[in-house]
Amino acid sequence: MRANAITRRRRRELIGGGVLLILLALLPLPIANVYLRGLIVLTLLYAGLSQGWNILGGYCGQISLGHALYFGIGAYASAILFTRYGVPPTLGIFAGGALGALAALLVGWPCFRLSGHYYAIATLVVGMMVLLLVQNWGFVNAAMGITIPFRMQSWEDLEFRVAVLPFHYVMLAYAAIVWLIAWVVEGSRWGFIWRAVKDDVAAAESLAVRVFPSKMAAAAISGGITAVGGGLYAQYIGFIDPDSGLGLSLSVLIALPAVVGGVGTLWGPLLGAAVLIPVQQLSVAWLGGAGNGVDLMIYGALIMALALARPQGLVSLFGIRSQAGGEAVDRA
Amino acid sequence: MPDPVLQIRSVSKSFGSVAANIDVTFDVERGEILGLIGPNGAGKSSLFNSIAGADTPDRGEILLDGRRISGLGAVACTRLGIGRTFQVVRSFDSMTVLENVMVGAFARVRRARQAMARALEVIVFCGLGGRADVPAHSLTPPEKRRLEVARGLATEPRVLLLDEMLTGLTPTEAQAGMELIRAVRARGITIVMVEHVMEVLLPLIDRAVVLHLGRKLAEGSPAEVVRNPDVIRAYLGDRYVS
Repeated sequence: MRANAITRRRRRELIGGGVLLILLALLPLPIANVYLRGLIVLTLLYAGLSQGWNILGGYCGQISLGHALYFGIGAYASAILFTRYGVPPTLGIFAGGALGALAALLVGWPCFRLSGHYYAIATLVVGMMVLLLVQNWGFVNAAMGITIPFRMQSWEDLEFRVAVLPFHYVMLAYAAIVWLIAWVVEGSRWGFIWRAVKDDVAAAESLAVRVFPSKMAAAAISGGITAVGGGLYAQYIGFIDPDSGLGLSLSVLIALPAVVGGVGTLWGPLLGAAVLIPVQQLSVAWLGGAGNGVDLMIYGALIMALALARPQGLVSLFGIRSQAGGEAVDRA
Repeated sequence: MPDPVLQIRSVSKSFGSVAANIDVTFDVERGEILGLIGPNGAGKSSLFNSIAGADTPDRGEILLDGRRISGLGAVACTRLGIGRTFQVVRSFDSMTVLENVMVGAFARVRRARQAMARALEVIVFCGLGGRADVPAHSLTPPEKRRLEVARGLATEPRVLLLDEMLTGLTPTEAQAGMELIRAVRARGITIVMVEHVMEVLLPLIDRAVVLHLGRKLAEGSPAEVVRNPDVIRAYLGDRYVS
């Protein structure tokens, strides 16, 4: 029966995700180089972050340039709860996630009344505003940032001496869970409603889609996911300050893998992160030391080349559906 | 026994200084196909949007089965049983035909499996059975009109509003479209259709309401309406009135 075209595709995706999960779990074992392992950890983190961004920016079509805000909230919340109140980060990241979801709702309340580009600009401005506030806020150590001291190896506190291997599995779990959330959402009522809102608001309303609440729901889920990622990042690096947790470039870095990989697709953020994060990190490592910005030029050139060659995102390379079945092929 | 499903009561609507509808009153009987006709600028689309909830009338009210629906908004109107199509087709182009119609089905059911089953039934009913997994943007224009109908039907309306559904189709396509509309009515759904080309509608509709310059000009069977001197004057000018 043809009804199963969607069902079959979704089952294939789930199997593909499972296989990938196993491969990624084995990936660091033959790799001895700590730097390379760290690179993979960051890639996994950004795959999750960007997948979270994709729920709001991709499926629901609300382009946010302020996701660093939720990342920062999650990072600071978990770091402060841990260093000052002794709350283990395994709990702290979820507190941060809840705060991030709440913040996304607060930003969405006024900003979703704006349409199109104005929403993106508003999120950008809110993000910059909070960055400035935090830089001058004594309670969070202002521009100094917060250092998370290493006490003892602990899964509960997400503190590891041989830092990289356990963190590989922490970040892999994060990326996998976010991917699974995206997979579930894509096949659910919400997923359909969000894509309808993205494509045509008036038509969506005529089918009884409540546009504003659906955007708010997407924002809350997306903000929460991003904030959890921020908390994990703070534990991994052991330090958070306004620039690393709230900067504009971070907002861009969260959005970029989804955009380059394929907006509103299940595999796009993953693919985008796998390409962009290593290139970005390696170009910093090889070229960035001189402070002349050559790494950024190369990074920028790569993104322009990808945008020109594959405007539908990298997923279209694989003939995977980019948004609608066959669209990538049809429009190529 | 008149049994109105939809009642339009003294509806007026202005956009700035332009009066789009002035004191329009008529009833739509349950199970009929009503044509809302008139030349360009007669106020058809404005009235259509008021009934669908996309606009709020300045004065007057619209009742669905005795319940006031004017001013409730498009979402509430759909929930209460008004389905609509758009004059300029508004398909969700990043989705397949099936996915488009599932959005409509989600107005009534929560679970994807149920929505899919309902959507498929409606798609087959609308003659798009072979196109379910095709991206909506790749449909032909007449197929896109059918998709609009399918999406509207998936919301399980009591009244389906069709906005220039047959305009611009070839005679063969229009004929097929009319068969679909009759089949929809046979499911017990009342149909209000807006057209400005009268000839297309006459064989299809039970009754016509003619609008002209925002006011209701005439109402009656198609045969009555086309003989009405006011209607002829509005469409063709004074010299055609014998």
